[in-house]
Amino acid sequence: MKVGLFVTCLVDLVRPRIGFATLKLLRDAGCEVVVPEAQTCCGQPGYNSGAREASIDLARKVLAEFRDCDYIVAPSGSCSGQVKVHYVQDLFRDSPERAEFERLAAKWYELSDFLINVLKVADVPGRYGETVTYHDSCAGLRELDVKMQPRYLLQMAGASVAEMPDCEKCCGFGGTFSVKLGDISTRMAENKCASVRASGAKTLVGGDLGCLLNLEGRLRREGDLTTRVMHFAEVLAGEGTS
Amino acid sequence: MQVKSMFFKQSASMKLQDPVLQESLRKFKGKFVEARARAVAEVDAWEAVRAHAAQLRDRTIANLDAYLVEFERNATRRGAQVHWAETAEEACAIVAEIARANNVKKVTKSKSMVSEEVNLNDKLEAAGIQVIETDLGEYILQLAHEPPSHIVAPAVHKSKEEVADLFHAAHHKPRLTDIAAMTREAREALREHFLTADMGVSGSNFVIAETGTTLTVTNEGNADLVTTVPRIHCVITGIEKVIPTLEDFATLIRLLPRSATGQAIANYLTLTTGVRAPGETDGPEQMHIVLVDAGRSKFLGGEMQEMLRCIRCGACMNHCPVYQNVGGHAYGWVYPGPMGSVLTPTYVGIENAGDLPNAATFCGECAVVCPVKIPLPDLMRKLREKQFDMKLRPWSERAGITLWSYAARRPKLYAALTKMAARVASWMGGREKLIHRLPGLDGWTSGRDMPAPEGKTFREMYGESQRREALSTDKHG
Repeated sequence: MKVGLFVTCLVDLVRPRIGFATLKLLRDAGCEVVVPEAQTCCGQPGYNSGAREASIDLARKVLAEFRDCDYIVAPSGSCSGQVKVHYVQDLFRDSPERAEFERLAAKWYELSDFLINVLKVADVPGRYGETVTYHDSCAGLRELDVKMQPRYLLQMAGASVAEMPDCEKCCGFGGTFSVKLGDISTRMAENKCASVRASGAKTLVGGDLGCLLNLEGRLRREGDLTTRVMHFAEVLAGEGTS
Repeated sequence: MQVKSMFFKQSASMKLQDPVLQESLRKFKGKFVEARARAVAEVDAWEAVRAHAAQLRDRTIANLDAYLVEFERNATRRGAQVHWAETAEEACAIVAEIARANNVKKVTKSKSMVSEEVNLNDKLEAAGIQVIETDLGEYILQLAHEPPSHIVAPAVHKSKEEVADLFHAAHHKPRLTDIAAMTREAREALREHFLTADMGVSGSNFVIAETGTTLTVTNEGNADLVTTVPRIHCVITGIEKVIPTLEDFATLIRLLPRSATGQAIANYLTLTTGVRAPGETDGPEQMHIVLVDAGRSKFLGGEMQEMLRCIRCGACMNHCPVYQNVGGHAYGWVYPGPMGSVLTPTYVGIENAGDLPNAATFCGECAVVCPVKIPLPDLMRKLREKQFDMKLRPWSERAGITLWSYAARRPKLYAALTKMAARVASWMGGREKLIHRLPGLDGWTSGRDMPAPEGKTFREMYGESQRREALSTDKHG
C-alpha cells in the first residue's frame, strides 16, 4: 500500500517533528510511505483570503503530486478538509476535472481517521501515561467527522483523556483571521486556555498545528510555561514519552 | 440604522474591553445554545426537516415573483392593501403617507427588523407621530436610544442595572431591580399605549401566498395587541418572506423557535388575514402590507442567492464564537453575526462592509446549526473573493497572500524561502523559543507569543535523511 504523506506547510516550516512522527506511525503500521519532494501547500490560506485563482493552481499541483498514491494522509484536519471538501464542492465543482478531484478526495485521509478507519490499528508505538485534554479543531470535526478517532488513539498510547469545557469551540486561529482580527482571535484563545486549565490536564493535544501554535502562544503569553502542547502524532509516535 | 460596519475591527476591540457588555454576554453565553440542542434532540429526523425546509425555501425563491403576486391577490381579496417598496426611503414614505392620510398620532410597534433596516421610527417621528416599541427588549432600547444587538434578544447586551436606570427615568417611579417587578412596570406603561394607538406596525416572519396571511412569532403576545387593537394595521416585511402554503408554515415553525430560543413552539403565533369583516368585532379597519425590496433582489440569480432562505432565527449568531465575544453592535448594522456578515455587504455594498466577511474563523458552527442549511462560511468566502478582486483589502494583506501563492507554486523558490524563514524565526525565538513580536504579524503577537520554528524545514531534514539512507545503502550494498 503506497501512502503519500502530505506534510502541510505549517508542519514543514514550524514543527517538522510532527511530520516525522506521522512518517513513523505510518511506517510502523506497515505502509510504504512516499513524500513528494515538490509539495508545498494545499492552497487554503489563499482560498480563504479570496485568492481563488491561485488556490485552483495549487490544487492542481497537489493532485499531480499525489495522483499515483493509493492513499494520501495529512496530520491536519484543516488541510484535509480543504482537499476532501472544498476542492470538490467548490473549486472544481463545475469543472471537467471534478472526477479526478473526487478520486483524490476519496483517497485522502486525516491521520487519526486513517489510522482508525483504514489501517484499523490496535496499538501505537508511543506510551504517554499522562492525563491529556483534546481540542477538537473545527475543520476536522465539522468537515470530516473526526471526533473519537484521536481520543481512541490517545487511549491506546496509555493517556487518559480529560475533556475540557467547550472542547468543540473554535480556538480563534482561523488562519489569517488571527492576524487580521488579532484582538478577537486572542480573546477566543484566552477562553480556550481557561477551558484547558479547567480540565486539569497538563498536556493539551490537538490535530492541527495552527490551533496548537495559537493556544501554545496564548498559554505562554499568559505566563504558563509548563502546559505541554502537542500534536497527537507526537504522542502516538512516542516523542513525548515522559 | 446608520451603517457602521466599516469600523468592525475598532468597534470589536472596544467591545472586548467593555466590562458591562462582557458580563452580559457571559450570562447569555450558551443559554440559547443549550436550549436549542435540547429542543432539536426532541425532533425525530431533524436533519430531514431541515433539508425539506431548505428545499422549500429554494423553490419559493426561484419563483419569488409568482408567489408574491399570488400573495398580493389573496391579501387584496381579504381587504388588505399591498404596497411595493423598492428602497428603504420608499418603504418609509409609504408608511408615513398611510399615517398622514389617516391622521395617525400614535403608533404601537411589534418588533420588525425591516423597520430597523429602513429607519422607520425616525421617519415617523419626524412627521410628528409618537412611536412606541412594545416588545420588552425593543422598548428598553427605545428608552436607551440604541439599536438592537441581536435579532431575537435585542437588548441582550444590557445589564439589569442599566435597565433599572432607564425605567426609573422613564416611568418616574421608584427604581426597581427585581426582574418580574420591572416587567410588570413596563407592561403597565405599555398598556395605555396599546389602547390609544391609531396604528399598529408589525413585521412578519412569513407571508403566506395561498391565503394572503401575514404572521408573527412572539413570546410576549404584544403582536396580538398591535395587530388587532388599533384601527389600522400596517405590516412591513421583506419580499423574501413569502412562502407558498400554510402547510409550509407548519414545516418552518418546527424549525424557527427551536433554532432561535430552543422552544418547541413560541408562546404566540399571530396570523392576520385581511381586515375586520362586516359583523365581526375584532381586527383593524384597514390593513396595509408593505413589501420591501431594499437590496433583496440583488441576491436573486447571483452567488449569494442561498442567503434569501434565511428565516431570521439568530442561531448562527448564538453559536458564533466571534459574536459571543463582541456582541451585535460591533457589526455596525441591523443584522449581526454570520448572517450580518453576508447580508450587510450585499445590502449596503461590499465597499461599506469593511471587515465583516473576514469576521469569521470559518469554524463552521453557523452552517451546522442553520435550520435552512445556508452555507454561511462559503458565502463569506465568496465575498472575500470579491473584496480581493476589487482590491478592497489592505495592500499588505493582498501582497502577502499573492507572494505566498506565487512561491507555493514554485517548489524551489518556496524551499529556499522557507529554509531561510525557519532559520530567522528560530533565531528570533532565542532561548525561550518564543517570538514576542513578529513585524507584519502584529495581530498575532499582540496577544500571543509565537512558538518559534525548530530551525530546519521538514523537507530539508527529510531530504538529508534520504541522502544518508542512500549513502549507507551504497556502502553496505
